[in-house]
Amino acid sequence: MPPKGKKGKGKKGPPESGWMPGFGTKATMTTYFQYPTPELQEELKKIAQAIVAPGKGILAADESTGTMGKRLQDIGVENTEENRRKYRQLLFSSDAAISENISGVILFHETLYQKTDDGTPLVSLLEKRGIIPGIKVDKGVVPLFGSEDECTTQGLDDLAQRCAQYKKDGCHFAKWRCVLKIGRNTPSYQAILENANVLARYASICQSQRIVPIVEPEVLPDGEHDLDRAQKVTEVVLAAVYKALNDHHVYLEGTLLKPNMVTAGQSCKKTYTPLDVARATVTALLRTVPAAVPGITFLSGGQSEEEASVHLNAINSVDLKRPWALTFSFGRALQASVLRAWAGKPENILAGQQELLKRAKANGLASTAKYQAGSIPSLAAGKSNFANGQASHGKYVAGSVTGLGADAGLFVANHAY
Amino acid sequence: MFYFVKFQYITMSTTFSYPDPRLQDELRKTAEAIVAPGKGILAVDETNEGIGKLLAAVGLQNTENNRRRYRQLLFTADDALSENVSAVILFDETVYQKTDNGQSFIEVLRQKNIIPGIKLDRDVVPLFLSEDEVTTQGLDDLAKRCTEYRKQGCRFAKWRCPLKISERTPSVQAVQDMAQVLARYASICQSEGLVPIVEPDVLLDGNHDIVRAQKVTEVALAALYKALSDHHVFLEGTLLKPNMVTPGQGYSGKSTPEEIAVRTVTALLRGVPAAVPGITFLSGGQSEEEATLNLNAINSVPLKKPWALTFSYGRALQASVWKTWAGKDENVRKAQAELLKRTKANGLAAQGRYKAGSVRSVAGDRSNYSANHQY
Repeated sequence: MPPKGKKGKGKKGPPESGWMPGFGTKATMTTYFQYPTPELQEELKKIAQAIVAPGKGILAADESTGTMGKRLQDIGVENTEENRRKYRQLLFSSDAAISENISGVILFHETLYQKTDDGTPLVSLLEKRGIIPGIKVDKGVVPLFGSEDECTTQGLDDLAQRCAQYKKDGCHFAKWRCVLKIGRNTPSYQAILENANVLARYASICQSQRIVPIVEPEVLPDGEHDLDRAQKVTEVVLAAVYKALNDHHVYLEGTLLKPNMVTAGQSCKKTYTPLDVARATVTALLRTVPAAVPGITFLSGGQSEEEASVHLNAINSVDLKRPWALTFSFGRALQASVLRAWAGKPENILAGQQELLKRAKANGLASTAKYQAGSIPSLAAGKSNFANGQASHGKYVAGSVTGLGADAGLFVANHAY
Repeated sequence: MFYFVKFQYITMSTTFSYPDPRLQDELRKTAEAIVAPGKGILAVDETNEGIGKLLAAVGLQNTENNRRRYRQLLFTADDALSENVSAVILFDETVYQKTDNGQSFIEVLRQKNIIPGIKLDRDVVPLFLSEDEVTTQGLDDLAKRCTEYRKQGCRFAKWRCPLKISERTPSVQAVQDMAQVLARYASICQSEGLVPIVEPDVLLDGNHDIVRAQKVTEVALAALYKALSDHHVFLEGTLLKPNMVTPGQGYSGKSTPEEIAVRTVTALLRGVPAAVPGITFLSGGQSEEEATLNLNAINSVPLKKPWALTFSYGRALQASVWKTWAGKDENVRKAQAELLKRTKANGLAAQGRYKAGSVRSVAGDRSNYSANHQY
């Protein structure tokens, strides 16, 4: 590719058409790319750093319509646009103290354009609280033909225009989730390369429209593999992701990573302590995630609320280098108790909001290694959010407050948002 | 014999092994000792041909004995040397040489608590059809060679791959090759208990500006660490020996140590995982004082620095030594004093505590640049 942009005075090189006698078809190594302008670098860096400010993390409220439906179904609420609006209104109109621990919220497209009961945009509730709105921009997973049940994520078409509009409408960061599965022969070379590449394209497009991309290469917890295997897969996946980001000249200081914690498979017979999880997780990240990345905002996967907090706390306490912020971007692990407390009833709104504040506080403390296991009992704190269609229990028990006894989880195998 | 299409699945290598815990421990300990606070590496691994030029400059023949005499000068310096020198990189011949009174150099170093290491790359050969680009050979029988050097007392190794910046280089071919060769070398070293120092040297040659140098360095580092990951190299038991990010030798402007520091550390933050315990810079063609000032600025820059940042200098520790020695026995003590001055200066720089000009050396400001430098 011929270098874009102005050529310096006296600089020789291939013409814009890219061909000239003598130049042949030699591929110019992409050491001729551009860095983003200083203004864009500054803007992206500021947003990313604000999201991972000390003691703060992200509320992931970007469940797609279908997924939100499952959540509502579990508490006996119908999946209507109005109910989804009511629920998100509950979350965002929580006491202003929420912004002590929540720096940003990831929204689903529909929610960005919904309004409160009195007609103001839901997103303005966030802005009033100093919480940065973000937007889920991927369009879900599609199968990789010929693979063993593996997938990639679509949504690149017209992404630049969509991002430009989202930025106009108040969003300053975005999220895109890719999914990788551990099996005997997976994740395959095909899946790893494809997902790394699509994440890099997404990230590049976001930055071009002044939006901070959160890159989410989720290695699912489904399976019987042990902690060791989970760590290796995570390392290989992350190495591929960061090579792709480099190839696409993504400005790392203006990105965030949303990875899985390194845990054993849900069906693994061996049990591990939070310290084991913390060690494996931070080691994998140290080996693959450049320190230029300002922060890492973990997904909670199928972990229970308490498990996720305890693991996050251990991650921030482990005696290894930690050159990035290590905080949360939790969906289920911030909302399980909220949903349970609300149960769809207006008289329970305050109770629901209080559950949110409790878990936000717990995770804010965990992100600064100050969380005491069990110190913040929540309605559904100990209940695993994983279920592959069967009854299951969370791996971590110590200090947790177990839930109401029901075993039906909120997570389905091959969980899609 | 049936042929099943299914068996054409390529399994992604997520089923590799980590090194044995004891090997991990040993490699990690050695790597960390090399980059202990205030310490760095003295690189004396010039090939016979390379050191021949230096001997000629002081009127000496390039004989085995003269090469021995020079290395002896360095290694028999005062014990204070080891306050700032943690390790020394040797050339093959030097591993087997002895002092005038018959003591092996390896033993002399061991008594000073200085870790011996070995240059393992052989020579540079052209990449066919490239624009004057090269690769470095030496992988054949490398495991056997590692075993032998380890037996002799070496605990780490070094391998250098040069990359040249010009209008259309480094090419994909050269960058990919450098990454693969360094990864194979590193993997083999670790299998034989040696800590590999990987050296992707983006050369000073050229008239490019500092921004281009930074981009090339970033691309090279990303390719290198992807290859190391692919080859399951245990990063905690490796070290990186990169160039600092500076303008090309022929560039008309000059960069301050602060700008060099910011761009160097930025490039490293983007490309070098924090699992790597330390980064030991090469000095390239920089003068002794320049190399010290830049190292000091690097350690003072207000950016994250999750690895040790220290020196692995050859020319920038020895220019004044050569000038002072001038090949004469009666100058040995003075020459050794020059060595200690520079190692002290760089030890301070590795902690961000060096005051510019506070250590006056005989050849402190002389450029050590030579085009297409071969060791």
